[in-house]
Amino acid sequence: MFQTEKSHPRDDAAVVTSKDTKGSRQLLASSVTINRPASEVYAFFRDFAQLPQFMENIERIDVLDDKRSHWVVKGPADSRYEWDSRIIDEIEGQSLTWQSEDGGDVTNSGRVAFAEAGARGTVVTATIAYEPPGGILGKLVAKLFQREPSIQTRRDLRRLKQLLETGEIATAARNPAIFAEQEG
Amino acid sequence: MRALTWHGKHDVRVETVDDPGIVNPRDAIIKVTSTAICGSDLHLYDHYIPTMQAGDILGHEFMGEVVEIGPKSTLKIGQRAVVPFTIACGSCYHCGKAQFSACDNGLPADNQDIAREAYGQPMSGLFGYSHMTGGYSGGQAEYVRVPFSDVGPIVIPEGIEDDKVLFLSDILPTGWMAAENCDIEPGDTVAVWGCGPVGLFAVQSAFLLGAERVIAIDHFPKRLELARRFGAETINFEESDTYEALMLMTGGIGPDAVIDAVGLEAHGLFVDNVVDQIKASTFLGTERTHAIRQAIIACRKGGRVSMPAVYGGFVDKFPLGALMEKGLTLRTGQTHVQKYLPALLAAVLEDKIDTTFLISHRLPLEDAAEGYKLFHDQQNEATKVVLKPGLSTAT
Repeated sequence: MFQTEKSHPRDDAAVVTSKDTKGSRQLLASSVTINRPASEVYAFFRDFAQLPQFMENIERIDVLDDKRSHWVVKGPADSRYEWDSRIIDEIEGQSLTWQSEDGGDVTNSGRVAFAEAGARGTVVTATIAYEPPGGILGKLVAKLFQREPSIQTRRDLRRLKQLLETGEIATAARNPAIFAEQEG
Repeated sequence: MRALTWHGKHDVRVETVDDPGIVNPRDAIIKVTSTAICGSDLHLYDHYIPTMQAGDILGHEFMGEVVEIGPKSTLKIGQRAVVPFTIACGSCYHCGKAQFSACDNGLPADNQDIAREAYGQPMSGLFGYSHMTGGYSGGQAEYVRVPFSDVGPIVIPEGIEDDKVLFLSDILPTGWMAAENCDIEPGDTVAVWGCGPVGLFAVQSAFLLGAERVIAIDHFPKRLELARRFGAETINFEESDTYEALMLMTGGIGPDAVIDAVGLEAHGLFVDNVVDQIKASTFLGTERTHAIRQAIIACRKGGRVSMPAVYGGFVDKFPLGALMEKGLTLRTGQTHVQKYLPALLAAVLEDKIDTTFLISHRLPLEDAAEGYKLFHDQQNEATKVVLKPGLSTAT
């Protein structure tokens, strides 16, 4: 089961900000505040087929049934990682928790929480635990290509925010041809 | 199209590049009729701003005619509009509070990390000002893609010449916000360090906001003369001791509010790894730090310090003690251009603010590289250079 609590909490900081980095399992979290109601943000996120719109490295997500989906993700240097994911816990309008199924390329689990934040909208917090492919080396290589999940998650959440707040994702591309080239 | 592109230190060229086009639904394409070289462009010219790439199109003060619109733009083809230098979405929390330069969504997601590292949070995007501020193609070109065109550009009525409204894009609202940040009360004396374009607009704005006296400080005689034209008393800091002069002018009290407009030409966003390089340059040398230090020391007890001048990195010997002991209020920030446009356009149209006094040179876009050299080398004479893409090189 996915842990977001510390075993011996000493302060209010999230467990992922811990300076204790023992072990190979990577834990990351990123938070963004979106100026839209939680119900709307949740509904958008719950439709997994929409996620590749703002998740840069997700090539596609095939929705298999209400709880299961197949993920195809771009890794460093044209590599591909695939797995099936299952929603193991879901609180309508508040949170989604998933776990990858056995036999995938990347073992991962995570939770996205949607918290009402009054006039500021919704705080979306994504917490992800994963075993990096190829261990520490894989993580170094990934970082080099900026496919490292903590950077990626942060950027993806920003794109989600842009999409929901402004109806589009900001780009500096001067014209559609340059945009297509950048999207590669 | 033709555009002014950056290639390195003191190397800018007018080249033919790919035309812009609509990418996002809220975009518009503007055909540029006037575009100015900003003092802050000189920092790009001198290559003190990191994250520039060869071929980047410069320019963030521009206006023109709407020639193409995305499905969600509210502009109409054929309208003339002035475009704010800050790229802001209008729908995030900060835009909702009219803090447009703090927009959450103006920067592409991937470009936000540098500002996050340097400042803790990313700011709005800027046109033509390095990849740290978004990597957006700028306005010193025949055409520009303008994102969020339903929020930023302000439509200009027919019959109003470009020169009168062009500076709504940056320096006029920047000078206005500098004065507004002084919280001027009736009878106040406001001192302005620096009589560049923003300082001169701050002088006019301070009077409009109710200042009884404005004291302008600079060392270029021509710029001090312009400040005097708007009713300011002046101090030439090369000829007089600024602090002592201010004390005598204010009965030993000090100005009620002070504006540091010395470094304000820079909208520069420096990160600490280039601070040493910057310090070594003339731009962030001792003199500029001297201005804010002197302003804080001269300011009266309980007074207000307004700092439109940009400090991108870290400053040594900042008089934190004087700020604290005298109970001063420090207000600063990149300009929330969109917030001020309607009221400032009205003020310009009613001739409450003079905007045309500043322009010393009008050149065709084709001569933009010469324009940079002129603006860079002759600061007393070249108060403002405006490029006109439509102007023939023969004239």
